[in-house]
Amino acid sequence: MSFETKLKEGIFCIPECNECKKIVWPPAEFCNHCFGIVSLKEGDFEAKIIEFSSKNEQYFCIVEFEKTFRIIATISKTPNIGQSVKISKCGISDGNYFFVVI
Amino acid sequence: MAKIGIIGYGITPFTKDDKKIESILLDSAKELFKNNQKINRDDIDAVLVSTNNNSKYLSPILSEMAGIQPKIAHSIENLCNSGTNSIVSAYSYIASGLADLVLVTGAERYDSPGSVLDWDNSRGEYKHPIFWASLFAKSYKREFNISDEQLALVSVKNHKQAKENPNALSNKTYTIEDVMNSKKITEDLRLLDCSRSCTGSSSIILGSEEKVKELSENPVWITGIGQKTTSAGFTKNTSFSSMESTKQACETALKMSKKNIENVNVAEIHDAFSVCEPMALESLGFINEGHGMDIIKELHLTNNFKINPRGGLIGCGHPLGATGIAQTIEITQQLQSNANKRQVDDANVGLIHNMSAAATSSTVLVLEK
Repeated sequence: MSFETKLKEGIFCIPECNECKKIVWPPAEFCNHCFGIVSLKEGDFEAKIIEFSSKNEQYFCIVEFEKTFRIIATISKTPNIGQSVKISKCGISDGNYFFVVI
Repeated sequence: MAKIGIIGYGITPFTKDDKKIESILLDSAKELFKNNQKINRDDIDAVLVSTNNNSKYLSPILSEMAGIQPKIAHSIENLCNSGTNSIVSAYSYIASGLADLVLVTGAERYDSPGSVLDWDNSRGEYKHPIFWASLFAKSYKREFNISDEQLALVSVKNHKQAKENPNALSNKTYTIEDVMNSKKITEDLRLLDCSRSCTGSSSIILGSEEKVKELSENPVWITGIGQKTTSAGFTKNTSFSSMESTKQACETALKMSKKNIENVNVAEIHDAFSVCEPMALESLGFINEGHGMDIIKELHLTNNFKINPRGGLIGCGHPLGATGIAQTIEITQQLQSNANKRQVDDANVGLIHNMSAAATSSTVLVLEK
């Protein structure tokens, strides 16, 4: 099953190479390091806020997972740099990925 | 190393006009041939088109409309630094011996699809450039204790300089209060902190040493080229308060030209948003990290047009495919002492900094007379 299929179901997965065990981000079928097959790791992953701003009182932030890759996510409460967060909601809407963290 | 130079250029005003891309392309090419009547169009070996427009076969179309039958004709797209990428490609064709004379034309419509990189899904629903720019601004302000008012000076300076540029989109000057009171787009950026998409076209013709000596009375040489792409996705940037690709591209360009940054007398900097100008000045090595605003303040107070004399992207507008070529034309005019009220004193060495997608890719060119 692909990352996008899981994301459509509201499940956030971390893609990892079966061969070299590296995280492959952005998600892809093959590892960009050794071209090994990539599989999806499910879990309740923790991330750290790296930076944030807001638009129309809606905060958005860059969060980093496993000191390896980052996404931009929505957060409802005032964020802080270094704050630990987890994905509370994710999916695909109008062709765009979306991520919400708490 | 072969000497390759700029023989001529053509540029038309940047506007909000709703015109077909093919007509926009021809606008500046026509201007180029009108200004450089010694150039025989039968001698042009390659026509390169720089654009993010989705229309097909634009280089052969431009060639046909301009009465050229080149050996090489194709488009080049790399988001906001398509223009300088095209110039580097033209340089390479000449350096390899495949061409002696290359026309490079950049054009964009105000509604260019190149503003948003759909592929970068790591940005989630925050794909518009305003979001990476807001995160840059927040990070830069926090790290170096810079205020919104201080950053507003970039827009004030560049609009002032654009007023002396008849091809600029903006014809107005603004105060810091005007910038601060302009529409708040995000917590960290206001409307006047942003460059605007627009319709525009710019053309340049490059030649081998022999062609330059034959066709130009006031030649300008491309003596340094540096390029670096660190990623496509914004979230892979190692820093949000400096530009790694710019640092590496600049080092390469200066090494090739055997110059130091202190030798540069005039520079065009990719100020897509106000925060980009001090960040770029620092990453290019003009000043230490966190002190970019010191140069900008001093230049503004002394009315010195050394940085972004044409008004930058903020003052001129940003027709993506045309921007890098327009920046190169400005530096060419400066080195030819032909920049009218924008002229910088003793301009012998000029630098162009053109970047894409939150500085994930940068091009730096060094020009000399």
